[in-house]
Amino acid sequence: MRRLIILGIALLLALLPALNLTGLGISDFVVTVVGKWLCYAILALSIDLAWGYAGILSLGHGAFFALGGYAMGMHLMRLIGPRGSYGHPVLPDFMVFLGYQELPWFWWGFQSFPFAMLMALLIPGALAFLVGYLAFRSRITGVYLSILTQALTYALMLAFFRNDMGLGGNNGFTDFKELLGLPLNTPLARALLFWASLAALCGCLWLGTSIARSKLGRVLVGVRDGEARLRFLGYDTLQHKLFVFVLSAMMAGIAGALYVPQVGIINPSEFSPGNSLEAVVWVAFGGRGTLVGAVLGAFTVNALKTWLTSVAPDVWLFVLGAVFVAVTLLLPRGLIGLLEKRR
Amino acid sequence: MSGRALYVDGVSVVFDGFRALNNLSFIIEPGELRAVIGPNGAGKTTMMDVITGKTKPTAGIVKFGDVDLTRLDEPRIATLGIGRKFQKPTVFDALTVFENLELALKAVRGPIACWKWKLAAEQRDRIEAVLREIGLSERGQDLAGLLSHGQRQWLEIGMLLMQEPELLLVDEPVAGMTDQETEHTAALLARIAGQRSVVVVEHDLEFVRALNCKVTVMCEGSVLSEGSIDHVQNDARVIEVYLGR
Ligand SMILES: Nc1ncnc2c1ncn2[C@@H]1O[C@H](COP(=O)(O)OP(=O)(O)OP(=O)(O)O)[C@@H](O)[C@H]1O
Ligand SMILES: [Mg+2]
Repeated sequence: MRRLIILGIALLLALLPALNLTGLGISDFVVTVVGKWLCYAILALSIDLAWGYAGILSLGHGAFFALGGYAMGMHLMRLIGPRGSYGHPVLPDFMVFLGYQELPWFWWGFQSFPFAMLMALLIPGALAFLVGYLAFRSRITGVYLSILTQALTYALMLAFFRNDMGLGGNNGFTDFKELLGLPLNTPLARALLFWASLAALCGCLWLGTSIARSKLGRVLVGVRDGEARLRFLGYDTLQHKLFVFVLSAMMAGIAGALYVPQVGIINPSEFSPGNSLEAVVWVAFGGRGTLVGAVLGAFTVNALKTWLTSVAPDVWLFVLGAVFVAVTLLLPRGLIGLLEKRR
Repeated sequence: MSGRALYVDGVSVVFDGFRALNNLSFIIEPGELRAVIGPNGAGKTTMMDVITGKTKPTAGIVKFGDVDLTRLDEPRIATLGIGRKFQKPTVFDALTVFENLELALKAVRGPIACWKWKLAAEQRDRIEAVLREIGLSERGQDLAGLLSHGQRQWLEIGMLLMQEPELLLVDEPVAGMTDQETEHTAALLARIAGQRSVVVVEHDLEFVRALNCKVTVMCEGSVLSEGSIDHVQNDARVIEVYLGR
């Protein structure tokens, strides 16, 4: 039943770009905005997998999202080629401007799409592995882990702001031209990116559900509710926490990689701590530990945000705060809890 | 059964200058059932912490067969075949009774292996057999959070059984149980012992008598007396520090 509902919603969403392509009343704006929400939903899902199941509350998941976005951004920059304003055959505009003579080594390979996509997975994954290993091994949990991840995204933001990082400084990357031979600013490219995001979301949801329903899902619940007890049952919980944290960071990386070509820009503000906090609010709002709830939360909060920022831009943040307080007080299990109670 | 003995030799544990264990030594033979009694703060729980890797001893030797336990962490000691029931029952409230037993079941432990793992028919039978043994057949699909105190204690013992350990450490299994529940638990433990070594910490002397086994009396972190229940109950030093009060 639940599977049918999800499939139905996914098919309905898939219709949006099709209607746009055939000129049947769906505007470009709607396709781009909903495409963005799909990426946010993947991010929310990734947070829920770590937080809702294993109890690892990361307040820095935006960093993994941004890193995935930067990997895609680097690929898109390389594809601009000689079409930049300085017309340099290889170097992106910002490098010419800063007087670079040749491409820095860490840009090598990014002209290849498969390589860039691999990096969008591996860089967030490797960072999560490193941070996770150090933190979990020293038994850093709860609030301390949350603060640590928040500090991580903040530090990365400051680093990416620097021009000498060779990653575009505070302007980041923009003016993208094409992806996989397709000009980006066309309805077809928008539709394909939308469908790719929808497919990625469905894939991540399937993956997450498969974990949640397996014994691993129950081990993760055990980690959340009684990690010490689980260790006496013979589970080396470090492994399970690392596994879910790295997987979750990779999902966030995919989300970021799909997000960047749709919004046409990536810059260090994507690392700002507020972004990560907001994503956690989506999960709490939708209902943590349910996966579907995280997706629902990402959609509803962002729909609310898009609507409110156009009708009442000044009060949007207050409404978000009020909604969060109301949900934590009145709906401890989030929107999904409300829906399930009704049934 | 092959069976390994547990050697605890000259173990001391010091917390901020306080000696919780003080040159503690004893041996548990393979298949032996042993009761450990002693006043509050005697170091009984700390002794279990040391054996299961939660606390590292400041000095002394802890060996299971010829494996040095002081070098291993909790999960490794558990997979080696040493299971533990805590003084305060800790089961996973958000999981069902069946799922609690399934988590404890001797099977794969790594993340990817757990993801792929499927419960085999004979494993399901085993879980159901243990459910019957601990008297919770009807409650398999209920959340563990809904169980009564006594039932939680049994679920913990059931989880121990699922691990198929060679050595079980059971900390105060009948605390807070009714007389009938206590009787049931004594029978359960007696049935378990014989196939495996069991160490039971308990204050309830009636219960210890019902276990009908060798008794170790601990006091201030060391062994005060050891022998049959009648022997220790008549030991003058034991009467002074413990029974006489
Ligand atoms: N982590 C710790 N840090 C400091 N002191 C501790 C620690 N663990 C135990 N102790 C102390 O060590 C002593 C022995 O404690 P332990 O829990 O082993 O006693 P026990 O024999 O199990 O008592 P009870 O019958 O009350 O369960 C107590 O005085 C306790 O306060
Ligand atoms: Mg104790």
